[in-house]
Amino acid sequence: MVKFAHLIPIFPFLAFAILILFGRKLKRSSAIISIAASLISLLIVILTFHGLLKGQGSYKLFDWLVFNGITLRVGVIVDPLTCTMLLVVATIGSLIQVYSIGYMSDDPRFSRFFAYMSLFMASMLGLLLADNFVTLYMFWEGVGLCSYLLISFWFEKASAAKAGMKAFITTRIGDAGLLLGIFLLFFSTHDLSFSGLSAITGHPALYTTAALLIFCGAIGKSAQFPLHVWLPDAMEGPTPVSALIHAATMVAAGVYLVARCFALFFTHQPALVCVAYIGAITAIMAASIATVNNDIKRVLAYSTISQLGLMMIGLGVGGYSASTFHLVTHAFFKALLFLCAGSIIHSVHTQEINKMGGIFHKMKITGTAFIIASLAISGVPPFSGFWSKDEIMTEILRSGHPMIFIAATITNLLTAFYMFRLIFLVLFGKPRSELHPHESPKTMAIPLIILSIFAIFMGLPGSPLMNNVFQRFIYFGAEHTALSSNPDHFVMGISVIVAFLGIGIAYALYMLNKEILSKSIRNRFTGLYDLVYNKYYVDELYEFLFIRPCARLSKAFSGFDLKVIDGAVNASASMVVFLSKAKAWIDSNIVDGTVNMIARAVGMLSGELRKMQTGYIQSYLLTAFMGLILILLLKIIGG
Amino acid sequence: MIPQNHFLILSAILFAIGIFGVLTRKNAIGILMSIELILNAANINLITFNKFQKTPDGLGQIFALFVIAIAAVSAVIGLALVISIYRNAKTILVTKINLMKW
Amino acid sequence: MSFPILTCIVFAPLAGSMLILFTPKKNVNLIKVIATLATAAALCLSVLLLIKFNYSSPAMQFEEKAAWIPSINAWYHLGADGISVGLIFLTTLLSFLACIGSSGIKIRQKEYFFLYLLLSTGMLGTFTGLDMVLFYMFWEIVLVPMYFLIGIWGGQRKEYAAIKFFIYTLAGSVFMLLGILALYFTSTPHTFDILELTKTGGALTLSVQILIFIAFYLGFAVKVPVFPFHTWLPDAHVEAPTPISVLLAGVLLKMGGYGFFRISFPILKDAAHYFILPFAILGMINIIYGALVAMAQTDFKKMVAYSSVSHMGFVMLGLASMTATGFNGALLEMFNHGIITAGMFFLVGVLYDRAHTRELDKFGGLGVKMPVYAGMLSVFALASLGLPGLSGFISEFMSLLGTYPTFKLITIISSLGLIITAGYFLYMLQRILLGPVNEKWSAISDINKRELLTLIPLLIIVVIIGIYPLSALKYQIAAISALVQNLGGIAF
Repeated sequence: MVKFAHLIPIFPFLAFAILILFGRKLKRSSAIISIAASLISLLIVILTFHGLLKGQGSYKLFDWLVFNGITLRVGVIVDPLTCTMLLVVATIGSLIQVYSIGYMSDDPRFSRFFAYMSLFMASMLGLLLADNFVTLYMFWEGVGLCSYLLISFWFEKASAAKAGMKAFITTRIGDAGLLLGIFLLFFSTHDLSFSGLSAITGHPALYTTAALLIFCGAIGKSAQFPLHVWLPDAMEGPTPVSALIHAATMVAAGVYLVARCFALFFTHQPALVCVAYIGAITAIMAASIATVNNDIKRVLAYSTISQLGLMMIGLGVGGYSASTFHLVTHAFFKALLFLCAGSIIHSVHTQEINKMGGIFHKMKITGTAFIIASLAISGVPPFSGFWSKDEIMTEILRSGHPMIFIAATITNLLTAFYMFRLIFLVLFGKPRSELHPHESPKTMAIPLIILSIFAIFMGLPGSPLMNNVFQRFIYFGAEHTALSSNPDHFVMGISVIVAFLGIGIAYALYMLNKEILSKSIRNRFTGLYDLVYNKYYVDELYEFLFIRPCARLSKAFSGFDLKVIDGAVNASASMVVFLSKAKAWIDSNIVDGTVNMIARAVGMLSGELRKMQTGYIQSYLLTAFMGLILILLLKIIGG
Repeated sequence: MIPQNHFLILSAILFAIGIFGVLTRKNAIGILMSIELILNAANINLITFNKFQKTPDGLGQIFALFVIAIAAVSAVIGLALVISIYRNAKTILVTKINLMKW
Repeated sequence: MSFPILTCIVFAPLAGSMLILFTPKKNVNLIKVIATLATAAALCLSVLLLIKFNYSSPAMQFEEKAAWIPSINAWYHLGADGISVGLIFLTTLLSFLACIGSSGIKIRQKEYFFLYLLLSTGMLGTFTGLDMVLFYMFWEIVLVPMYFLIGIWGGQRKEYAAIKFFIYTLAGSVFMLLGILALYFTSTPHTFDILELTKTGGALTLSVQILIFIAFYLGFAVKVPVFPFHTWLPDAHVEAPTPISVLLAGVLLKMGGYGFFRISFPILKDAAHYFILPFAILGMINIIYGALVAMAQTDFKKMVAYSSVSHMGFVMLGLASMTATGFNGALLEMFNHGIITAGMFFLVGVLYDRAHTRELDKFGGLGVKMPVYAGMLSVFALASLGLPGLSGFISEFMSLLGTYPTFKLITIISSLGLIITAGYFLYMLQRILLGPVNEKWSAISDINKRELLTLIPLLIIVVIIGIYPLSALKYQIAAISALVQNLGGIAF
């Protein structure tokens, strides 16, 4: 069997290399290179998929890192989960790049954009193919980097630059946890491959900790509470980026990671329950924020967070295939939603929904696609979202977490509500400001149409209508054997009622009532409204709890360094200087003084004595003669 | 026969004259000449003591001859010095020559 | 006797510096050519060394031994093993690149290049010398040219920085000298040979070992630099001219770490085990403290200098682990940090040459004006903050991984450093490259070809090691295994 799955990320990476080096000369044709690379990857993905169906499995490539005694062999995973994800990423990636040709047409950094997009594609595809934690971590950070680069793509805008930084650092907090989880696993099992996870036994506390640490990484990447704050800000990036990275693919990597390590989570239930509850908190919180936000992209961002929370719930209650199924359908309809939003923004040049209105008749294609995607995400049958959400709801009910079931139901209600609030405010009614909407160019419209088809029909493989093909393809353990051909009508009923209820409330509030009722409700519950409108003050809380103390600590340490440590160094230096000066004084005044005094005394004495040296020969002779006489006299007297 | 004391008194007088000359003369040549007197006083003493005391015959004379020879040599050197000083200082008055003064 | 390759590597720069002495002062171009050729010769020879190096053997290779001062049993003894071979290559590479990067020196070029080459010889000698006296001599040779290079060609407070550097390191190395003498007099027969001492040093009693260890520690810790002996570093880095900052950060800091690897740990085994906890704690302090202080800096160069303090903490941490993984990580971190920080200092220099300021807040939006520079700066900053796929990640990963079984809590706290590091590097990128274009720099030009030439080799190494770390690790694995075995550490 031909092994070519590892070639998948190489083509986009080559495209990246070409574009980054020669992008300025290539100009417009850089888009073609980038898209061609993605299409080649898509082709190989399809071939790989074909190979998988014929029984091809994962394989190893080469020794990448050698710790003493432990060799890390790098290979690729080829299994249903990876292949499905690869298909989704490659398809949506190619479509969004086509869309970008139109959307980014006026940008001076056109080719740079496609270079980053290609790098993202390479990293994301590599991430999915990684068969061990270390390579996964490398690509994991790679997609994080692309996310950073693309969020702050329009870096002249200070807010965009800041948002990129926030995204990178926030996700890195989760990544640090992931790294520690990898360490913990490595030292317990001496194995970093995913295939070794199913063999783990014993030490439940240890492995639960490891699972939770790995989940930290997922929390960061998938923007789960409490690290969800970066995703809404990430909307500063160009809309195709939001669609590809921050809706369809990269943010789903967290869900993918948990799914990939599901063997570990499943055997350590406390960790799994934690996943479910984090997902539930995230889902309901983000959905509630989405109902009051007035920025079209941010509403969609909160919607993404909420839906990712729903996927986490699905995994947390043990619904492996249900959750991955929702991951796939969500990727299509959320990408579609963002592309529609991008199309609208491209045409009316604002993101404020309060300024839009009544643009449906000017933008028929976009509007229709938007409505289709909204129906899908709201869970209206037979659109794709209905089937996947329904699967998750069934799993929740089966697992026996009533609280989570209620939370998920409320989330679904809110989802339907805020999506149609968006539709009514943006597409219908009267324009609230002077707008000149026009339909977007073909390169943008065609991807919308293709994605709309996916948004409608993507749910079928997982539905009872097609005998749950999807669930029989991707499953964990003996999950697929429990599939029944009779769907749970109770859950389906609730889902449908909830969806229509949400749509109905939105219609009542924003179409019938022309927003008078919504305003009065808003005034009635000012406190609650402010709380939700301000995103539960999480950003402010972090600012207060972490960012400012960190900044203050860093200032304090810097001052400490400059004043205390360096001060001590300088003080010891000046002390030495002082001592040496004192020593110099003693030296020059006391030690040297004694020496000089002796010398001066000798000098003075000799100054007197030298006066005997008259220079007159006679005086010398006289002295000599006197001496002679003196000696003689002494001789005579002494006898 | 002339007694020994006469010779000694003569010698003492000669010596005294010589010392006086050496100490008082300003002219360098005068000083040299006075030194000759002192030396001659010594020569008289040498011969006198040889004659009157118990000493081997002729010893005093030999000494005296020796002193005369040395006196001649010292006079030669002294005069040469004086000439050389004269050439430099244009004087032979020792009071004017104080190179060795402190 | 085979070709004395190590002698040639060590003394090629010195030969160049002697030639420069005989070159007329006015003939600046000739001086530059001589200096470049001398460093290039050393580089070529060190590449040859890498090729010929047998990395499956942990033994000392290319040994050269000749009597030097027989009366005290001091030998001229050179050698290279897995621990030093990477550092030798690093030194020759950075010497060569920084020599190309020295064209910004406009005054007294003759003295500059003379001292520069002398410095190069000193550094190479330190990494190859296997006799304590020889080691100490080269160690001190490094100080003098460095003192003048900072003091004459430096910035505003150059005299202060130069004296601080000199006295600080000299004070440290005096203690090291004491340690050397102590080792000499406690060994029988008296010897200065590091390899001999490695065999016999373990026989000393623990208390003697501890005393000698502390003496060596003071010498090496100043160079690394370990908290709280680090304050000379920001001053010296900031005041030194760009190529000298490159060598300071790229090579000089590694001398301290190399000393631990070559002398403190292998010779004083019991003391090393005794001190691993303080080592780990100091490593952690270096990482967190350095990162936080770096975050508060407004001067670009000072920020990079403090980031060095932070990164060298990983070396300390890896050393404290007593595991092969941790040691491998620490040694690789020294090499990687040398490459990455050298690149960072080059980039700081590029910006300073154009803007004549290093105040981070005065820039903004340069990504538009200098796209190539922006790309380079981003790559090196990302490598420095440990982005996987670039070299910094792999060594920090291994350091932390190796330390984890020994010191769990310390590893966890240290990994917070990764987040802070990401924070200040991205903040730096934001302030320089991103945001609205500062009109003041509307005429600024992008990085030129010569500057790019100095950066591209570093970039290639960063990427290669990041993608395929075995390319660098293979040289050191055998030597590290032997060291760990010798120390009785954990062999994975």
